[in-house]
Amino acid sequence: MQPPSEHVHWLFATGFLLLALCLLAEAVVGTDVWRLRKWRAYLWPGLAFALGVLMWPVMTFYTNSAIHMIAHGAWAQVLMGGSAMELGLVSGKLRSGWWRLGMPAGFLVSGVAFLVHEQNAWLFQRSAFLHHLLGWTLVVASIFPLVRVFRPRSQLAATGFALTFVVVAVTLYCDRDVAQIFGHISPLAGAPHR
Amino acid sequence: MNAELVTELEAPLQQTTTSTRARIVSALGPIAALGGVIWAVVQPYRVTLLHPMGQGFWWLFVEPPLLVVAVGLFFYFVITPGLLRDLAEDHATAE
Repeated sequence: MQPPSEHVHWLFATGFLLLALCLLAEAVVGTDVWRLRKWRAYLWPGLAFALGVLMWPVMTFYTNSAIHMIAHGAWAQVLMGGSAMELGLVSGKLRSGWWRLGMPAGFLVSGVAFLVHEQNAWLFQRSAFLHHLLGWTLVVASIFPLVRVFRPRSQLAATGFALTFVVVAVTLYCDRDVAQIFGHISPLAGAPHR
Repeated sequence: MNAELVTELEAPLQQTTTSTRARIVSALGPIAALGGVIWAVVQPYRVTLLHPMGQGFWWLFVEPPLLVVAVGLFFYFVITPGLLRDLAEDHATAE
């Protein structure tokens, strides 16, 4: 009983929304206050890691082409890798701030994977548009985690990092299997529903 | 220059910053939940519980506007209270 792919997008959107709220709260109160409770310090990297783990079943069960499998596999790996490095930093097992490079690398790889695996034009149908949008959002927004590497206490970088996940969540919630985008849909896309 | 005056000036300023932060953190969950409610009103057909007949499991289980409301409420009731206490304690310690 496999869920339709749009439902999977919405479930991931929910995870990213919770992740975004945690990051926004951390940006507002500051990292020191956020980490006063141990469980809270592990919350968002742990959530991101779990989302990375959950990408593997997506890769396994929603593989309709080799390029989809590679893209989903790449997201799983970079999400797990980036968040594992953050978990290592939080726990104190990793000390060098350079480990924070895992997150911008993850953003960049994820963005490129979105752009490469979407082979249709922007206005082919809604999911094509959203894949292009997500791809460029992640590529451009990789500047925020990159700034965090050099200026870990930058309020702007922390807020931008958090808001990126809000945009990702909203974009994923907008996903439909087959639907119009700004009144456009290719006849090759199939019949729109809901 | 009287240092006491400087302290008196700084204390309310820091208190204001803390209370502003507390207000923003307190508002995050309700804003998310409100977003979900507005979405449900604008697109009621996304809430399949309102018309459950003939819907499959996944259409009944995954209802995006309700998921947004759930995330907002979870954040507000589970994460916000402790965070506000820690923010207040941190402020008191700094004073």
